[in-house]
Amino acid sequence: MGNESMISLSGMVMAPVLAAGLPLAAINWHSVLFLLFASLASIFAVGVVLADNVVRMALYLVFSLAATAGLFFLAGAEFIGAMQLMIYVGGTLVLLVFGVMLTAQAPFVSIKPSAADRALAGLAGSSLLVVLLAAALSVDSWQRPGLSEVTAPTATPLGMALLGMRVDGPAAGAATGAVANGYLLPFEIVSIHLLVVLVGAAYLARAKRRRTPRPIDAAASAVSVVEGSTRVELPAALPPRSGSASALVSGGSK
Amino acid sequence: MNIVSLSAGCCLFATGPLTEPVGVVHYLIVGAILFTAGVVCMALKRNALGVLMGIELVLNGANLNFVAFSSPYLRGAGSATLGLDGQVIALFVILLAAAEAAVALAITLNFYNNHSTVDIDRADDLKG
Amino acid sequence: MAAFLINSVGLPEWLAWTITALVAAALILNVIAGGALAFIWAERKIAARIQDRLGPTRTGGRFGWLQSLADGIKLLAKEDLMPDGADGMLFRIAPYVSFCASFCAFIALPFAFDFVGQRLNVGVFFVIAVLGLEVFGVILAGYASASKWSLFGAMREAAQVVSYEVPLGMCVVVPVMLAGSMDLVTIAEKQGGWLTNWYLFHDPFTFVIFWVYVTCAVASVNRAPFDLAEAESELVAGFHTEYSGLRWSFFFMAEYASMFLVSALAAILFMGGWNGPVPLAALAGLSEGTGDTAHYLVRVVGLANLLTKATLGVLFMMWIRWTLPRLRIDQVMTTCLKYCTPIAAAMFAGAMLWQLAFPGGLIPGMARPAGEIREGWLEGPGGQSAPVVVPSVDGTVAKAVR
Repeated sequence: MGNESMISLSGMVMAPVLAAGLPLAAINWHSVLFLLFASLASIFAVGVVLADNVVRMALYLVFSLAATAGLFFLAGAEFIGAMQLMIYVGGTLVLLVFGVMLTAQAPFVSIKPSAADRALAGLAGSSLLVVLLAAALSVDSWQRPGLSEVTAPTATPLGMALLGMRVDGPAAGAATGAVANGYLLPFEIVSIHLLVVLVGAAYLARAKRRRTPRPIDAAASAVSVVEGSTRVELPAALPPRSGSASALVSGGSK
Repeated sequence: MNIVSLSAGCCLFATGPLTEPVGVVHYLIVGAILFTAGVVCMALKRNALGVLMGIELVLNGANLNFVAFSSPYLRGAGSATLGLDGQVIALFVILLAAAEAAVALAITLNFYNNHSTVDIDRADDLKG
Repeated sequence: MAAFLINSVGLPEWLAWTITALVAAALILNVIAGGALAFIWAERKIAARIQDRLGPTRTGGRFGWLQSLADGIKLLAKEDLMPDGADGMLFRIAPYVSFCASFCAFIALPFAFDFVGQRLNVGVFFVIAVLGLEVFGVILAGYASASKWSLFGAMREAAQVVSYEVPLGMCVVVPVMLAGSMDLVTIAEKQGGWLTNWYLFHDPFTFVIFWVYVTCAVASVNRAPFDLAEAESELVAGFHTEYSGLRWSFFFMAEYASMFLVSALAAILFMGGWNGPVPLAALAGLSEGTGDTAHYLVRVVGLANLLTKATLGVLFMMWIRWTLPRLRIDQVMTTCLKYCTPIAAAMFAGAMLWQLAFPGGLIPGMARPAGEIREGWLEGPGGQSAPVVVPSVDGTVAKAVR
């Protein structure tokens, strides 16, 4: 249905490109997607540094982390990518923005660093970047792999590994006759850790009497009304981690 | 379209043209940028929540490296990868980062309750 | 379709894949936009009938079925206002963040066997994760509007959605556990056959947890009785108080898209997906899979099945919206933390124990044999099975080839 018109249309669009000598057919689309996500992640990461408004920083951070999730998907780590979207972007950052709203003294608060601080940080940052890039570019032996080795998705082996069984790879155990170790113990430690953190954060953030009076302006009073319900809402905002921990278990219940 | 491809080519000038597959090095470069941005963010921001965001960026830069080293698509012929280990470490980093953010946010709220600000330069009560 | 374009039309490979991707994206966009038009009209009619009114009757003929189109034109023609104190960039970008999140979640949603934008082996997880991002647009909108009503609405939304992700995740885990896969296609395939194979009727625990899922789904897409974020009797219009025109309508497209999405997810997870109550295709000797026209028709019937179930879910949400009064914020939190979460946890444990006690189901022979369904990831690129190393409990390594 309409294939011919579509072809001619795309031919019209693509003809100049082909004439310019760019071999479209030879383009590696994996690389193009990588370039897209990588530049998004990097640009918005720099945006986080440059922005002064906290909420804008959070927005840029969301975009940067979402693009990083895209990179995870491209690297074949679907589960980590989905995890990143769910926990980081959907949980942690919502929590952060929540914190921004609870602590906003005036609309669009911005606490700016001084120019000298900026210059110093820029200097230190660029030298750090140079060191890291030099280190990254020295890893030559891993360059130029092909996509030919298509391997199975990793979510199920990952879930099995978290339950203490390894089903991935050439199975180091196959040669020696022993099963490679999984991650059951770290998994349990992390789950207990999350529970402790949950209780601790709820305890820390509980509503109590303020020692110093606060500036009485419109925004602060708007916030203080909301603050009364902090005790209910903040612990409520925490559990996604434990919820996704159970989703982890499900990944391995094959 | 020409401009787009030109700029894309410029971005890749150090890493090869678009016809080449992506390697581990490319991931490491992105990770380095995220890491540096995070460190600068942590050092520069005076807002406690800004510092928190810097920490998240740093952790993500590290995570990206872990995933790249464990990726099944990125290993060269015959070379070893981290395998599943890298992904599991990335997973635990994400989980612990969430826990860290929760506690740090609770501390920030406490700080705000006591000082009416989230400017960390004001946290100098213990200064002699 | 890509294969067709390459082989029959003779397009180069990259062009064929690009066109295929664009067609899939356009289809999803049309499902969202067309669905929103139909659902808004349905919502008006249902609301009117429940309140003993007639609803729209004139626009476009007898049943007023063009009413939402007329509304859309009105919204397009409206002046695009922005408050003085608003943060311009955030204010403008917020509706698109919301809409993009809803749209992205549709990528991994299968509409029938093989009718899926991108089959992911973590499909359920991806859909839930991306759906959770929608709240970000709402928070940004509330914050950037520089209005107290908007800020209150956004705070409520943030607290509510983040808390309801917990019981929602637990409910979703149960079908994942029963199917042994997070791939939505696999989960739906495992419920093929008669009505009794649906996970809704798998055991009493799944039946209960389905209703917990319904509650949490309604809450997580912000529909009444959980529409605290836009409670018009308290907060004027909540987070979208300051919005008008096209940006406002983007919020609503996102809301209706999410409603459809959670309903379709419920249909896939609990109600057999594209499998009808009676296995008509299997009785006629056909099976789903790649093949000739008959098999294609089977898939189209499956598509109709899924769309019917999802639409019924959306209509159910409208029904309860116009029936139940709105909860208070503390009641919303109580429902989540004191009722939904413990019930979901208990039902999760119960379903697990039921699996241990009756691995073959209560009525032997009714369940679809496990060997009949093949997980996509086990197949190699050429359709060959990849060897899977399965360690057994006593430490020896057995090689199983499926």
